[in-house]
Amino acid sequence: MYDAPNTELHVTQNDIKIAARKVQVYYGDTHAIKDVDVDIEDKTVTAFIGPSGCGKSTFLRCINRMNDTIDICRVEGDIQIDGEDIYDKRVDPVQLRAKVGMVFQKPNPFPKSIYDNIAYGPKIHGLAKNKADLDEIVEKALRRGAIWDEVKDRLHAPGTGLSGGQQQRLCIARAVATEPEVLLMDEPCSALDPIATAQVEELIDELKQNYSVVIVTHSMQQAARVSQKTAFFHLGHLVEYGETGKIFTNPEDTRTESYITGRIG
Amino acid sequence: MPLLWLFLIVLAIAAVGYVLGRSRALQSAGGDSRDLHSLPSYYGTNVAMKAAVPAFLLMLVWLLVQPLYINTVISGAIPDSAISDGANLGLVMSEVRRTAEGLDALVAAGEMTEAFARSARADLGDITQRLQDAGQIVTSEVTQPILRAAQDYRVMNATGSLLMSGAVIVLSLAGLLWGLRESQAAFRARNVVEAGVRALLIAAASIAILTTIGIVLSLVFNTIEFFRLYPASDFFFGLEWAPSFSGRGGSSELGVIPLLWGTFYISIVALLVAVPIGLFAAIYLSEYASRRVRGIAKPMLEVLAGIPTIVYGLFALLTVGPLLLSVFGREGLGWMQAGTAVMTAGIVMGIMLIPFVSSLSDDIINAVPQAMRDGSYGLGATKSETIKQVVLPAALPGIVGAILLAASRAIGETMIVVLGAGAAARLSLNPFEAMTTVTAKIVSQLTGDADFASPEALVAFALGMTLFVITLGLNVFALYIVRKYREQYE
Repeated sequence: MYDAPNTELHVTQNDIKIAARKVQVYYGDTHAIKDVDVDIEDKTVTAFIGPSGCGKSTFLRCINRMNDTIDICRVEGDIQIDGEDIYDKRVDPVQLRAKVGMVFQKPNPFPKSIYDNIAYGPKIHGLAKNKADLDEIVEKALRRGAIWDEVKDRLHAPGTGLSGGQQQRLCIARAVATEPEVLLMDEPCSALDPIATAQVEELIDELKQNYSVVIVTHSMQQAARVSQKTAFFHLGHLVEYGETGKIFTNPEDTRTESYITGRIG
Repeated sequence: MPLLWLFLIVLAIAAVGYVLGRSRALQSAGGDSRDLHSLPSYYGTNVAMKAAVPAFLLMLVWLLVQPLYINTVISGAIPDSAISDGANLGLVMSEVRRTAEGLDALVAAGEMTEAFARSARADLGDITQRLQDAGQIVTSEVTQPILRAAQDYRVMNATGSLLMSGAVIVLSLAGLLWGLRESQAAFRARNVVEAGVRALLIAAASIAILTTIGIVLSLVFNTIEFFRLYPASDFFFGLEWAPSFSGRGGSSELGVIPLLWGTFYISIVALLVAVPIGLFAAIYLSEYASRRVRGIAKPMLEVLAGIPTIVYGLFALLTVGPLLLSVFGREGLGWMQAGTAVMTAGIVMGIMLIPFVSSLSDDIINAVPQAMRDGSYGLGATKSETIKQVVLPAALPGIVGAILLAASRAIGETMIVVLGAGAAARLSLNPFEAMTTVTAKIVSQLTGDADFASPEALVAFALGMTLFVITLGLNVFALYIVRKYREQYE
């Protein structure tokens, strides 16, 4: 499916990759996400924007069931990826996370070599038949992460020794190496300087040819630059969802307009 | 004047100084504390510090120097003829001190007048009798030179403490006046007090360091003394440990190798028990256990660390030893002769070390950033894959540090060895044989009736020094690794 011809696709023509209906999330007694319905398209960058604490990261973490690792967190409702309910009892969250990759706010390379950082996912999922195969996967992932040229001569140096921007691209490459179908990014540029941010944004734009990318961001400019669809969250509600251009120029909801123009947030 | 009174007087002067300094500073500012450089209490503290600290320092130095000085003077005055055969100056001096204390006690009890205690010359038998009747420890008969020396000793002591009291009080008052003169609005009392606090903290830190140096020195001198009597090469490379029991030297074999071997063998068995159990317990507690289970299990595990080692020794002697004997002994596999063996001590010592390993490792595993785990889970790794491939490698240096600390604890352990491993120094590979360690032998060498100046007793110091160097090395290495690890995540 990744070999689809590289023609420019119109976003509206894409298939629905993730469908969420009536999603509720509770942290203990706190109702963090209320009644969220959203359809996220394949081969599209979807941005989640909203003020801090509005639940956009929480919702993102529902899509790969990362919230399962938090004891007090409870998810209700229905999230389907390719028509399959990911909260079904038969679904193994571990398998799901291999299919739905995630990149975190702060670059978190493992204290291993660059090579081992990338090879980690493929190894635990048995994606490589032999060493040569693994080398190929690592190189491919690093190329997709747009960091191959910078690290190809020091693959066995520790990943923690890279600069912040390089580390984040390494983490993206690491997520890509397991051949996910969806890539979730939780404020991937918030710890990076503008140059590294530009590199990562460029990378996101390339990644959408193969993946459905969902990105949480606090930067409206970033959302406008990289995404085709934007969802605005406020106080646990999904307030507005639509074409990025429309959300930023002609929002329907007054709350969206206030946030975008800087009156709330 | 008793020391306690002097101490209280200086404290009282300091307290008065505090009140005076505070009010004088306030006065100089016309009663408005906002015009002072520092808060009023700082001026008071400044005066109190100046009244107390130099006085106490003088007192301390005086108390250290006075006995040395008196000792020198008195022992110089004792004629050589007073030192009988087989005795030395030290023995005579302690006799002098005992006599002086006896006289002090008699005067205090009202059985002897001060004048008599000072001037009695004639009837030595009578004095000896009276001292003995009063329950004072003196030898058969107080001789003339000893009595005279004891009387001089008493007089010098009394003069010395009187002089000291005077000097300390004068110095304290001088400090008070100095502090009061300074108590003006513009004086930076706060900075002075700050420097005082700093000095106090430095003093506390240096006491700890000086004590360590003192311990090492006390070992070093006796160790050097031992090597003068016994060749170092025989000590370090000798394969046999067989001190002669006569206590008069002669044909002792004091090779350290069997003891070091026993120490390491038992420690290795202990670590083989403690490291897997402790580490797995730590992983369970930090990664798998719910908050409630952890809240109950962790303190319970740490109770193990609070059990006195002698109790572990009893456990080894009464429970583990017989248990092992029933399996590996004559009725079972026939490898074991008696309950005391390397295995017995090693297993019990391992149990003792579990909380060390688990508690330290638990803290270290918890210090691995959650982002590492999230990154691994986000790639579809399971919990145990995450722990094995990400958390443990990240925590490894710290865990190694914890294990090394446990190891140095195992090497220094004594009680469990005495009760669990026996007392036979032996070079053997069989873990079911009795062996012994360096520490256990230090105890037995020093508690025997060997002459203290003989190599059989002095070897204890050489053993202690060897052990000290080994555990110090292990600790330094462990701390180095732990510190290196800390740098990794900010």
